[in-house]
Amino acid sequence: MADMQHIPNAKMSAQGVNVFYGDKQAIKDVSIEVDLENVTALIGPSGCGKSTFLRTLNRMNDTVAGARVEGRITLDGDDIYGSDMDVVQLRARVGMVFQKPNPFPKSIYENVAYGPRIHGLAHGKADLDEIVEKALRRAGLWDEVKDRLHESGTALSGGQQQRLCIGRAIAVEPEVILMDEPCSALDPIATARIEELILDLRGNYAIAIVTHNMQQAARVSQRTAFFHLGRLVEQGPTTEIFTNPREERTKDYITGRYG
Amino acid sequence: MTGQAALTPQGSAPATEPRTAAPTDWRSDAMRRRIARRYAAERRFKVLGLAAVLLSAGFLAFLLVTMVGNGARGFTRTQIALPIDFQRSAMLIDPALLKGDTAEQALAGANLPAVIDTAADKAFGEGGARMISPAAQAAVRKAILADPAILNGTATITVPASEGVDLAAKGDGSAADETAVARLKQAGALSTGLNLRFLTASDGTDPTLVGIWGALKGSLLTMAVTLALSFPVGVFAALYLEEYAPRNRWTDLIEVSINNLAAVPSIIFGLLGLAIFLNLMHMPRSAPLVGGLTLALMTMPVIVISGRNAIKAVPPSIRDAALGIGASPVQVVFHHVLPLALPGILTGTIIGMARALGETAPLLMIGMRAFVASPPHGVMDPASVLPVQIFLWSDEVGRGFIEKTSAAIIVLLAFLLTMNSIAIYLRNKFEKKW
Repeated sequence: MADMQHIPNAKMSAQGVNVFYGDKQAIKDVSIEVDLENVTALIGPSGCGKSTFLRTLNRMNDTVAGARVEGRITLDGDDIYGSDMDVVQLRARVGMVFQKPNPFPKSIYENVAYGPRIHGLAHGKADLDEIVEKALRRAGLWDEVKDRLHESGTALSGGQQQRLCIGRAIAVEPEVILMDEPCSALDPIATARIEELILDLRGNYAIAIVTHNMQQAARVSQRTAFFHLGRLVEQGPTTEIFTNPREERTKDYITGRYG
Repeated sequence: MTGQAALTPQGSAPATEPRTAAPTDWRSDAMRRRIARRYAAERRFKVLGLAAVLLSAGFLAFLLVTMVGNGARGFTRTQIALPIDFQRSAMLIDPALLKGDTAEQALAGANLPAVIDTAADKAFGEGGARMISPAAQAAVRKAILADPAILNGTATITVPASEGVDLAAKGDGSAADETAVARLKQAGALSTGLNLRFLTASDGTDPTLVGIWGALKGSLLTMAVTLALSFPVGVFAALYLEEYAPRNRWTDLIEVSINNLAAVPSIIFGLLGLAIFLNLMHMPRSAPLVGGLTLALMTMPVIVISGRNAIKAVPPSIRDAALGIGASPVQVVFHHVLPLALPGILTGTIIGMARALGETAPLLMIGMRAFVASPPHGVMDPASVLPVQIFLWSDEVGRGFIEKTSAAIIVLLAFLLTMNSIAIYLRNKFEKKW
């Protein structure tokens, strides 16, 4: 294991996490921290476990039959796998954006309003309208959709759909946002918009992003963790990882010798 | 792949060797034959498909033409203009009683059948009474109620003709009835009218008396019971099995059982209904409630199977999206999965309901083949249902029942079509555009 580089007051912290799917171990002894000031990028070749790891942070792996998580993951110091942690509330506090844009087949407004509504965050229609507008503005989508809030969210372009999904996640006021290859289904222009958005959101939310795209990791993240075969090979400030990696494997990967 | 060993530096892959084999000759004879065979196969496939479609369309057209041809006559009736001299008839009635609630009762005791028979014999000679249907009473009663003043003189009332005259007028009667029709035609008393009685009355002993309303209402009530029970139970079972149930030997067993249940012959469900609902629970015989419960047992597995398939077809990304913003599993199911699966569930429901609507065998087992001459007022009243009514009429000796049977089939098909249309409307309404 490379250096721990402990971050004081990290929003989320994972210590010695192992994940098993049945008998197969997908994640081996990973320790990592996610904080407000830095966007954390998780990089690595396909099948290295970075997405699996991301999904342990909001317990989305609970829905997979046979998945088992060992180790300690905390949000503000509370164990998220502890008995007093409510998984529904956890997922409201730790939002997620998925690889493929997955808006609900409802109107744009309903997509964003759904989260606040089920968590009782809005008091009345005007309040809900305001929450929706704020979330869509933060997601950089408001100007494009303000005149057609009641059209279907699935009628938007791929990039707009993904920003809608980010808006939907923001609307419940999460503390952490997990992004699982949010740009892999988008064209370069839409990707650029999402990247700008991530930079805007930094500081307000602790962000962890899984990406296949090394340039993207370099552009949007301040900290980078390199995964390989279920292990965390190296983590540290992004500039350091990209310019002066300590591990040979990291160097080979970021220079494009394999992936 | 382990560690460094698996890293292959880029650019060191072996260069592709130049091809030494001759280039493919796309114009060779073998190639041409292959192309010809492909085209022939496509033509054969098209012809076979078209033939299959035409064959089914032909059967459907044959069915419809036969049914409508035979059945349309069931909706019309031959009528006779019958002059009745109320003043000189044997009518026993106090005109004062013809106002208000007592009117029906007064007429019931007024010996109308005798009045009609006498009038018919007088108007059309010997045997005139046999030309008039027993349903004539109702027509006369209605005419008197509408205008009691006719009792003071002679009135000509249009009454339905008897079975024999009706058949003869429609060109399918015996020699004796043909003469009667000729006589009536000469008198200018014969006409054809819409048989409203067929749509408002229930089963009867005379084909000119019978109606389909009792059976139609019985079918409606039975279907309502079936839907009310099988839809919620089927949908909840499907949701539980798909979304909550752990995958183990027990759920596998349940799945196999449900699939088998859907394939069980319907008569066995009838025996089950007989044993449980009638013998064990002592529910009333012939009641739509029991019929509905029995058919619900039969329909439920169909809804469960189609429901599970529809639920499975909801993309997992939608579940992820909802779970990802903190929806509870129940919210995921009721806010997202169920609305998206509903069109598929409705399709399955309508297939099950259509099958239940046409089902006869299980209903015979629970006593629904009884002769019921009045429409049911609720699910506990004895009732008939459309397919059973068709079965009963097709068994009747009277030739007048042939066209009634076909007419009843038309009503059943119309019911089925209406039910399907509603389901298609609902499905399109709930179908989401992606």
